[in-house]
Amino acid sequence: MNRLHQLAVNDEGFIFDPLTGESFTVNRTGLFIINRLKEGKKEEEILQGLLDEFNVSKEVAERDLIDFLEKLKSYRII
Amino acid sequence: MKKVYEKPVIVKVETGFMNKFGESPLYQRKVRTDIDGVSIDELVKKYGSPLFVISEKKLREKYRNIYNAFASRYPNVQFGWSYKTNYLKAVCAVLHQEGAIAEVVSGFEYEKARKLGIEGKDIIFNGPHKRLEDLEIAVKEGAKIHIDHFDEIIDLEKVADKLGKTVKVAIRLNMDTGIRPQWSRFGFNLETGQALDAVKRIAQSGKLILNGLHAHIGTFILDPNAYAKEVEKMVKFAYEIEDNFGFKIEYIDIGGGLPSKNKLKGTYLPPDIAVPPVDEYAEKIIDALYSNLRPGDFPKLILETGRAIVDEAEYLITTVFASKRLPDGRKAYICDAGVNLLFTAFWYKFNVEIDREVYGVNEPSVLYGPLCMNIDIIDDGILLPPLERGTRLIFSPVGAYNNTQWMQFIEYRPNIVMIMEDGTVEVVREREDLTDIERRERLPEKLKIR
Ligand SMILES: Cc1ncc(COP(=O)(O)O)c(C=O)c1O
Repeated sequence: MNRLHQLAVNDEGFIFDPLTGESFTVNRTGLFIINRLKEGKKEEEILQGLLDEFNVSKEVAERDLIDFLEKLKSYRII
Repeated sequence: MKKVYEKPVIVKVETGFMNKFGESPLYQRKVRTDIDGVSIDELVKKYGSPLFVISEKKLREKYRNIYNAFASRYPNVQFGWSYKTNYLKAVCAVLHQEGAIAEVVSGFEYEKARKLGIEGKDIIFNGPHKRLEDLEIAVKEGAKIHIDHFDEIIDLEKVADKLGKTVKVAIRLNMDTGIRPQWSRFGFNLETGQALDAVKRIAQSGKLILNGLHAHIGTFILDPNAYAKEVEKMVKFAYEIEDNFGFKIEYIDIGGGLPSKNKLKGTYLPPDIAVPPVDEYAEKIIDALYSNLRPGDFPKLILETGRAIVDEAEYLITTVFASKRLPDGRKAYICDAGVNLLFTAFWYKFNVEIDREVYGVNEPSVLYGPLCMNIDIIDDGILLPPLERGTRLIFSPVGAYNNTQWMQFIEYRPNIVMIMEDGTVEVVREREDLTDIERRERLPEKLKIR
């Protein structure tokens, strides 16, 4: 079950899950990705978004994105 | 303008995650850009990665510091360098220059000390496996032989007969000093009377002269009182021997075992807090000597301190080769050095430093070595910020027991350099290649691939 939609996310990168009581912190890049996921964006769109927004190579961003999504899966956020 | 990129990180907030020192573990990290003023980058560019780096300065400092703790309290102190702790020639040579004699535990180590230029009389020969031919050489050359078992007494009597001379020997004792596990497999047990039997046996034959006592109660001993007990028992036994058998015990060798500033796995306190300062050991040991020695008697006190001298003088630089995400969410890094080079990773949790400033929140990470083997783990629970491929990590202290117990397994062993006191860098052991590994192999003619 995807619990992204129930998460409360603030601008500082603090994330709270009201159903489980768990909280998380993300950095700016992590927040960027989470917000795009909440908007229902696909992986390729998020990658493009990272490239447009940040000073980063495609190779690095792609690897980091995959890694971050796997981390979200391990927390059962997606 | 585009924003500065930082690797995306998410960390679960656990209650109690803040440590009691008030600093957030999310941002703690240790950075090291050089060793003795030589940059990590330069070292790796020139000598490759992984790379062992020994600091001559630190090695001498540690030796002097520990030696002086004892020599400033007692007039007759001698250190014996425990070869098995690190028998690189350069390391041994530095410590011999500082005044240590050699302490060896096999025919091989004995040969090594001799080859380096150490005279037999300056070699302590310990260990349970001294072959007859080793003993013969050691007797001829006047080494200090510390007998481990009754069979060795018999062997030495044979050698004495053969060479037609009486031989000065010492015996190794084992005893209860409160340290568990008790090292009872080496030498003769004091409490059961076995040690006394050994002395009787030596006295009977008249071919051997007992002039020293030796013991080594264990390693990484965190309780200075254990040494006080050891010293008390040894001195009392020495007088029992002198009074009943007419031997003069000229020296008491209390072995090694002082801890280094390393962190044992499973301990909570950092080593700066958990490991008592060397002065505390020296104080307890010398106090115990003075309160048990007879007035005017100052037998030589020998120490065979290994890890406490060399451990902190050596570092291992390794490079992050790749990273991956484990199914449990932890970040894993594959480094180019593993348990093949760091044998002590099985019981130590090393200090890990990063060669550059890294931005981003720490996350629970695992450090793996390069081996295709499940056991190849350097650290299975460390908080690290997200690391790029090619980032260098510096592990320390690694000077004790790694350059002797490392294995050529799957990978070659790398360069070892020493940063000299004048800031120059010397290769003290070259990286291996295939010829080193295959030099002793023979392929039977009919198996050759054509
Ligand atoms: C006889 C003897 N002496 C000295 C040492 C050196 O010990 P450490 O490195 O703990 O000081 C050892 C190590 O096991 C030993 O067996």
